[in-house]
Amino acid sequence: MTGAAPALTSRRLSNAIFHTSLASLMGVYAVLLLAMLVAMATFTSPADLLRTFESPEIRYATKLSLISCTISAILSLWIAIPAGYVLSRYTFLGKRALDLLFDIPIVLPPLVVGIALLILFQTIPGRWFQDHYVEVTYRVPSVIIAQFAVACAFAIRTMRVTFDQIDNRRENVARTLGCSRAAAFFRVTLPEAWPGVIAAGTLAWARALGEFGPILVFSGATRMRTEVLPTTVFLEMSVGDIGAALAASILMLVAAVVVLGLTRALGMGHPVA
Amino acid sequence: MIRVEGMAMKQGAFALAELSFEVPASQYAVLMGPTGCGKTSVIEAICGLRPLTAGTITIDSQRIDTLDPADRAIGYVPQDGALFTTMRVAEQIALPLHVRGIRGSKARGRVDEIARLLAISHLLPRRPQGLSGGERQRIALARALVFHPRVLCLDEPFSALDEDTRLEMYNVIDTVRARTRVTALHVTHSRTEAQRLGDLVMRLEDGVLTRDTPDSKPATARTQQESPWASPSNT
Repeated sequence: MTGAAPALTSRRLSNAIFHTSLASLMGVYAVLLLAMLVAMATFTSPADLLRTFESPEIRYATKLSLISCTISAILSLWIAIPAGYVLSRYTFLGKRALDLLFDIPIVLPPLVVGIALLILFQTIPGRWFQDHYVEVTYRVPSVIIAQFAVACAFAIRTMRVTFDQIDNRRENVARTLGCSRAAAFFRVTLPEAWPGVIAAGTLAWARALGEFGPILVFSGATRMRTEVLPTTVFLEMSVGDIGAALAASILMLVAAVVVLGLTRALGMGHPVA
Repeated sequence: MIRVEGMAMKQGAFALAELSFEVPASQYAVLMGPTGCGKTSVIEAICGLRPLTAGTITIDSQRIDTLDPADRAIGYVPQDGALFTTMRVAEQIALPLHVRGIRGSKARGRVDEIARLLAISHLLPRRPQGLSGGERQRIALARALVFHPRVLCLDEPFSALDEDTRLEMYNVIDTVRARTRVTALHVTHSRTEAQRLGDLVMRLEDGVLTRDTPDSKPATARTQQESPWASPSNT
């Protein structure tokens, strides 16, 4: 009995230290993020912000950002769903190499992605494509391609994890019930992967919205032509207009928060058992 | 009838060689064995979910080991039912009918009929989330039976259930057998379950298959009567 009370006190103290440490470490990051948001919100007045938003350059950049990010996210999902499924479900020669290849845009410095794209479209096939189909370099399609090149890698990673987490026995049962592989995928697996599809789409959209390095190199920073919101921030900062740079930053922040909130809400519809 | 001849499989460190057995038509066979002996692999191979390295599988004189799982007409009930999480109960029972082109009132009629047989009519509008283990297995059984499979394969279907629910499910199996006369292969590690359900009990241990003689069984298990579920062919 005499040893029980000190042991209890020691355990309580240990628990208190553990919980305080967890809260403190988590709190540091939360405080940093909140402080950044508050600093942005208080740096300028709402009237100044509204005046900046009326600038035709910022309006164009906002419109191009929203459109190009949406197209990039849709294209990313179009590739990421089958790629994630193949990497999750099939075993084949070269699978590891392919897996590694799809991760390269995640670890590659953004400027290098831009340079690689720029060179690709100056090669003979690249020039042929531009001559016969659509002008890409330093034009709007280059913005979408630059965003897609990076965002798709994140979407593939998300979809692979999603399919890994879905038990393939349900798909197998569907096959014994008469479904072809395609029918089992579309009727059973894909509906179960819906929250992952939403997450992958959101991630791709958010990555595309923040993409700057590849766009700067591959698309240039031409006002009213290939200017997206990160380009606006860069251009305004380079001429010392902090107010306009902040307005563009706040627009990106609001857009990201709205998309994140909406997709999180939509993605909760189908819990996986 | 199920006939397995010289079945062999290999996957990683696991290997099974020269396995042969036969389940006569309308008989309920139980395959017993310790964990890891390969009994689930046998049932998955019959269903077409695991490749054979040698041997043949024949159902009602048709060789099926080269067929796609969708073409084998085998009703498969896995351990936890593996219900489709995004479909309502009625939708997943109707799935085998829909992929065979049976829709509308005919499909609804069949779903209602099998739901009545398994006493799950009240569950048809529900989603699988929140259903009990016994309810999930009844639904999995309904889904496996609705298209009149030639053979029913059950992979430890009651191992996760409590004692009372398990006893209840034995009675459900009796009812299904009495109404459908389906040939069945049931895998379990429970001797009690094997003796309660099996007309034919086999034991797989160290890659060797031996045959047990079941103890006395209740009369209901062998009752046979005509019903729409006694169709011998796949729909």
